[in-house]
Amino acid sequence: MSTRQFGRPLRRLEDEKLLKGKAAFIDDIEPAGTLHVAFVRSSFAHGRINAIDVAEAREYPGVKMVLTAADLGDYWQPGPVLVPPPPVEGAVFHARTQVPLARDKVRHVGEPVALVVAESRYVAEDARDEIFADIEPLDPVADLGRALDPEAPLVHDDLESNLAAHVRQTKGDYSAARAEADVVIARNMRYDHGIAASMENRGVLADWDAQGEKLTIWDTTQAPIPIRNGLAGMLGLSESQVRVIAPFIGGGFGPKIMMFYPEEVLIPWLSMRLGRPVKWIEDRAENFFATTHEREQLHEAEIAVTRDGKILGVKDTFFHDTGAYDPYGLTVPINSQCTLLGCYDVPSYDSEFRAVFTNKPIVTPYRGAGRQHGVFVMERLLDLAARELGMDPVEIRRRNLLQPADFPHNHGLIYQDFTELTYDSGNYPEVLERTVEAIGYRQFREVEQPRLRAEGRHVGMAIVTYVEGTGIGPYEGARVTVEASGQVSVATGVGTQGQGHFTSFAQVVAEQVGVEPDQVRVSTGDTAEMHWGTGTFASRGAVVAGNAIHAAALEVRRKILDLAAEELEADRDDLELQGGMVGVKGAPDSAIPLGDLAVRANPLRGAVAPGTEPGLESTTYFGPPGGTTANGAHAMVVEVDPETYAVEIKRYLVVHDCGTVINPLILQGQIQGGVAQGIGNCFFEELVFDDQAQLLSASFMDYLLPTATDVPPIECDHIETPSPLNPLGVKGAGEAGAIPSGPLFAAAVEDALGDPSLELLEIPLSPNRLFEVSRTRDDGGGA
Amino acid sequence: MKPPVFEYHAPTHIDEVLELVAQHGDEAKPLAGGQSLVPAMNFRLARPSVLIDLNGIDGLGAIALEGDELRIGAMTRQRAVERSDLVGEVTPLLSETLPFVAHPQIRNRGTVGGSLAHADPAAELPAVALALGARFFVRSQRGTRVVEADAFFDGLFSTAMEDDELLENVAFPVLADGQVTAFSEISRRHGDYALVGVAVSLSVDSSGCCERARIGLLSVGDGPVLAVRAAEVLAGEVPSDELIRSAAARAGHDDIDPPGDIHASVDYRRHLTEVLVRRTLAAAFARASNGGSA
Repeated sequence: MSTRQFGRPLRRLEDEKLLKGKAAFIDDIEPAGTLHVAFVRSSFAHGRINAIDVAEAREYPGVKMVLTAADLGDYWQPGPVLVPPPPVEGAVFHARTQVPLARDKVRHVGEPVALVVAESRYVAEDARDEIFADIEPLDPVADLGRALDPEAPLVHDDLESNLAAHVRQTKGDYSAARAEADVVIARNMRYDHGIAASMENRGVLADWDAQGEKLTIWDTTQAPIPIRNGLAGMLGLSESQVRVIAPFIGGGFGPKIMMFYPEEVLIPWLSMRLGRPVKWIEDRAENFFATTHEREQLHEAEIAVTRDGKILGVKDTFFHDTGAYDPYGLTVPINSQCTLLGCYDVPSYDSEFRAVFTNKPIVTPYRGAGRQHGVFVMERLLDLAARELGMDPVEIRRRNLLQPADFPHNHGLIYQDFTELTYDSGNYPEVLERTVEAIGYRQFREVEQPRLRAEGRHVGMAIVTYVEGTGIGPYEGARVTVEASGQVSVATGVGTQGQGHFTSFAQVVAEQVGVEPDQVRVSTGDTAEMHWGTGTFASRGAVVAGNAIHAAALEVRRKILDLAAEELEADRDDLELQGGMVGVKGAPDSAIPLGDLAVRANPLRGAVAPGTEPGLESTTYFGPPGGTTANGAHAMVVEVDPETYAVEIKRYLVVHDCGTVINPLILQGQIQGGVAQGIGNCFFEELVFDDQAQLLSASFMDYLLPTATDVPPIECDHIETPSPLNPLGVKGAGEAGAIPSGPLFAAAVEDALGDPSLELLEIPLSPNRLFEVSRTRDDGGGA
Repeated sequence: MKPPVFEYHAPTHIDEVLELVAQHGDEAKPLAGGQSLVPAMNFRLARPSVLIDLNGIDGLGAIALEGDELRIGAMTRQRAVERSDLVGEVTPLLSETLPFVAHPQIRNRGTVGGSLAHADPAAELPAVALALGARFFVRSQRGTRVVEADAFFDGLFSTAMEDDELLENVAFPVLADGQVTAFSEISRRHGDYALVGVAVSLSVDSSGCCERARIGLLSVGDGPVLAVRAAEVLAGEVPSDELIRSAAARAGHDDIDPPGDIHASVDYRRHLTEVLVRRTLAAAFARASNGGSA
């Protein structure tokens, strides 16, 4: 290959469109005659619906339709269970899924109970004010730790308790390990994650063409194909009558993989009923309730170690808040359970969780998807064990890392994709040592920190490691076509929400077909272009769709070479693809433009050999045998004002291994974006609920996202240990940046404050919370 | 997040404004920069039935020296004050404070009069007005009256202005000989509402003795708070670390009855007030001993 496209730090091809405002987002699309929808949402976390008076709203000028659950007839159905429980022996799982409009009870603030369709959103919201929802408030389940108390109110009256699921997974014999251990560290920890807060909220636009009997839906979903298949079934249409387009989307991060949101089910139905395009754009106030969250887990964890710091076993029991419904199954707590073991050799593990219904918005994966929670527990346990043993925290990690020769490493646990949790490859010691070196760990400990402390400054450093299970199945597909124009097109079913697919996928194709990446037209998220696939989630786009595209591109390359060999009467091996031409090496005059070859491959007259496929095109699928495991280490330097508890992150460094890299620039962007969200999670963002399960931080005035001035420059280094599980050797990188910031931040702040009795065992840690924890400790209590 | 229906007026002369205000009373809201009002309307927290846009009125945006006062028209954009050399020279506390007010984009639209009349307890300008002892020129069809800063702020989002009155301009005293000022605040992110903020104005005589102190606090009460007891500790005393500590302790413990919210508990606010008053006083006294420069 003359020019390597794969691995180039190519600037993103889609950015010009995005930066010039030329990219079409859903609210840019407005067919003539579009109607607009506003939802009436519950203001109570838990309540019984007595009546909903919509009479006045129906009379409001400009209103087309007002609906409650009673008006939906047979269309009213609870949503599907998207992810069934994993096949773990003895697992308990109670599926209770969301409904289009609440009918008997409301189970969280913001749950929709009625809707208004009107000529404009303004009118719809004015009319909404005329609706009176008579809801009798019930005691809510607001406290995760007490949700399973016998006297707790029931979120779902038909269940005996608020238990949504109970799963225990074990390996080895933890009790024996504990008995044998020199030191056992046991602590309670709390890790709370927040909302994705995508720059673009959700939106759905549906346009029913009654004459053509076709329904077009624009949806900010990460999974357009499953949405199409599901809606076709619900609406009594064939799949080919429904086209779902996920246009440019301003951020996904997980909540947009959730299906089927009430709005997704209702808007297409309304368009068919009314015979007009119908649009709903989620506003920011709705997003805090109507889009799924990730939230807290309460862990009771212990680690058993030998005197020289070797891990003998870990035991962890935790509660997971799944919110009012659990359509996404157990993905989040399973990820917590399986990611906790991290980069380490842990001979015995006893992990048990209870997922619990509460009267809070639904919990589904958000970037990290529970991995944060597990990594927090393990990394904090290691820090505490090191402290107890008088050992350097880096040293205890070093002594327990899996070694390159240990791969593949089967943990004997069932992962979120229902396969056995097996790490495929990695070089964990190399990643840790590079981090230690790059952050200047020794120099800081021995020289800088003592000097700064003597100046009265409180500066601390920490290093943590983590793994990220990525690139899970089942499969994705791609179609690569060389067109008569010479342009190459590639279509895949995954949606794109800012990951740079228009560039990285183009590079994968360009590498094989011998064109420049900007000659490759990438289509994602349009069921009319590709209608087999699952979606963008679990850091799997580059791995699963990327390898499908690679396979299709290889097949097209084969077709090009076969046909060109025939046309040029040359040996296949003597041919080269370059600059959009195929020709004989060393004989540039012989070269045929790929477009011409594509025309010859699709003759209008004459006969072709039996079995010949027309054109230079291939549709290929890829399904990995199991997920591939990326890993990394993060280091942080913070300065803390010991009076105000203001924290400044002075340095943030990432050393990361996600296998072979398609585009280092895009990878860097993924890591940096993840780190920004991680920093938000540990210090700025917090979903604060009161005892009535009312969200107190429900606007950007109170839910504090880190801004450009709050995120330091992020230093990044990569090593490439290819994955043996796919031909490209790639691993996913979507969530890596966001995963380990919590324990890193807690450890760095502890180190900065320099008080050996201070233990930070929770996230988030606002200055206010740091003040409280420090005060409690000063009073002699534990934090 | 769409506002409810409202009637919109765009008068071009202040007399029209005063007539509309007199006519509609508390149903009407004047629209200045709209940086607080418009979001509140979009959340449907504010539902004025009449909106009177002041942006077409001439003569409300001037910054001018009048005797020993700096007059700032109510519609003067915060950014214009921040960038004014004259302001920097004669009322440096305003120049020092304005970068803490939200973000440049907001200050480009937000007005001095809008912020003062809105009287948000977390806003910076009301606390500065208190610390400097500003005077408020309030106009209605009944005429113009002058309200001292100490009497202007009247609790949560509330001022001494009547429903038919409009804030026309504000007079800030020009920095006197021996007077030093300082401002600081702590917020979660730059540009956020402060958890606590402190505006200090000190009059220090040639021997270094503090003749008079005014300490304006924000985010620690229903409105801006003048820390009277802390100021008493300082009056007539020669500053020392101990004196500053004791004044700061009075501010944190005796001058305020702060609210607790999700960002700062009552205890944390008291603690931050003490820390911040101490640091800001120390900075101001350091300026005094440097001959008034920072």
